[in-house]
Amino acid sequence: MSTLGTSAASKDIRDFVTPEGIDLRLRIGSVGERASAFILDAVFLFVGALVFIIAVLFALGALSSLGAEDLKNGMGDAMMIILLIGVFAARNGYFILFELSPRAATPGKRILGLRVAARDGGRLTAEAVFARNAMREIEIFLPLTFLIASIGGVVDPISGWLMLLGLGWTLLFALFPLFNRDHLRIGDFVAGTWVVKSGRERLSIDLLDAVEASRSQFAFTPDQAAAYGIKELHVLEDVLRRKDAKTMAAVADRIRAKIAWRKGPDEVDASFLSAYYAALRARLETRLLFGHRRKDKFDKA
Amino acid sequence: MKELQLKSQRFRAEREADWRRLEGLLRRVESRSASSLTDEELLAIPVLYRSTLSSLSVARATSLDHSLIEYLESLSTRAYFFVYGARASFGQRIGRFFVETWPMAVQDLWRETLASFAITVAAALVGYLLVANDPSWYGGLMSDSQGRDFTASTSDLRNVLYDSGGKDSLAVFAAYLFQHNAQIAIFAFALGFAFCIPTVLLLAQNGLSLGALFALYASRGLGFELGGWIFIHGVTELFAIILGGAAGFRIGWRVVFPGDKSRMDAAAAAGRSAAPVVAGVVLMLVVAGMLEGFARQLIQIDLARYAIALATLVIWLGYFYTPGRRKVA
Repeated sequence: MSTLGTSAASKDIRDFVTPEGIDLRLRIGSVGERASAFILDAVFLFVGALVFIIAVLFALGALSSLGAEDLKNGMGDAMMIILLIGVFAARNGYFILFELSPRAATPGKRILGLRVAARDGGRLTAEAVFARNAMREIEIFLPLTFLIASIGGVVDPISGWLMLLGLGWTLLFALFPLFNRDHLRIGDFVAGTWVVKSGRERLSIDLLDAVEASRSQFAFTPDQAAAYGIKELHVLEDVLRRKDAKTMAAVADRIRAKIAWRKGPDEVDASFLSAYYAALRARLETRLLFGHRRKDKFDKA
Repeated sequence: MKELQLKSQRFRAEREADWRRLEGLLRRVESRSASSLTDEELLAIPVLYRSTLSSLSVARATSLDHSLIEYLESLSTRAYFFVYGARASFGQRIGRFFVETWPMAVQDLWRETLASFAITVAAALVGYLLVANDPSWYGGLMSDSQGRDFTASTSDLRNVLYDSGGKDSLAVFAAYLFQHNAQIAIFAFALGFAFCIPTVLLLAQNGLSLGALFALYASRGLGFELGGWIFIHGVTELFAIILGGAAGFRIGWRVVFPGDKSRMDAAAAAGRSAAPVVAGVVLMLVVAGMLEGFARQLIQIDLARYAIALATLVIWLGYFYTPGRRKVA
């Protein structure tokens, strides 16, 4: 419905109409974001496992220094079991449990502002979460196994080639997200899910509230206020929010040249820009209320 | 107060309090849980959500403040996921899984389960016949024979069956077996995606080595005893692996023959219908690991082993295939 998309990543925007009939225009998580999220999760898992193992070893050491040999043997078995089961549970449970929580995201995904959602807009079921994470076995651990096997001392050339073949085949799974529009990995494909951006945008101030200069100092004529369209307005908004002095100076000069504005003796770039922003936005929004949406400066609407 | 010049400015000033309130509630829900809110606050969320959605469409139509629209989009999305997200508590979900989801999913896979069972049996027969006719096949079929091969003496082979294996390490052994087998079952499921082929191979390999082992023991007249040794846990374990394979077949089959759905949708539907089976398979393998690690080592009488094997078979079949379960939509 909207033509507002000024961001360059608009090819990652997907229509997503709620039952109330509003399009939320979800943004698909990019491959880079998803890879970083996974690496973060892998690091968390690895560090967690390391801490866990060290704790177990310390506990064993403490027991043996107490001289409780019998107890130590029993405890050793218990620790071994906890380790075996714990690693399995961590590897499979970490992703599943976090994605079943209300945020539907692992810590890595949370940091990058991602979440898992059902592609059909329905609720994210436990089945889907389980399916998408069971597939991780063939996407990550299978290529890894082949990789380690092909590095680790394979002598005869035939099995070496076989390993390479296996590695290539499994890499096909691992690299699947690169080859489809929605960056689905095989797990998403099989579970009917996708990973979308769900950041916590903060509500920043309305730039109009920041216009401090009196209106008389910057009285733009209607022609001057109509020099640009919505696209340029948004660029100007960006510049004003970023507050980079050099960019502001450059943009201010461009605008002055375009609208033939003579710079006053003690005119500050920032106040000129914010005053012009206010004038331009007032003009464009008024036109908008009459049904004219002027896309950019070339649009004659 | 400063005079507000534009309609979009007035609009924001009027609605902003509601947005802030919704944002605060969502933050609390997301960082803790829904139970940290009072009933009144919980009921307020859907109302605030709808008013925010309407703000969003008004803003899109009248405001050119880009950051405001982005904020409203992200706030609406967060609220949408809460309002339309899963509500059942974790406990309720678990309960439903055992009463309904898991057995229904297994029933639903009966064709694939039969196919998977047939492959395992056929492979076991082939393995048996091959080794019975020519013992040199044995090494090729068993990747890791753990000292159980044709060079071993009959008494050694017998000892394997009745070795209690040093009682204190039983538990470790059980835990090891569990995680090993669970990984295989998940593989059988995940690999089904590649047009069923790897799943077939995995099942066939499993069956072949079973058959080969039987051929070895049968050649020494220990076939019956081996049966007790294997089936006391093997009924559960083989059943679990067969179900894992069945789940893999479901996905692979639907990817190849999607019917009247798109290939994408067919795969997604198959994945979701088969996933509970695999989750259950992992639980079955916990049981199998227990039986293998403890029961088998502690019970040395063949008939008692067979009795337990039969009991587990009856229990699993009864649990999965008792008619009369209805899907509660």
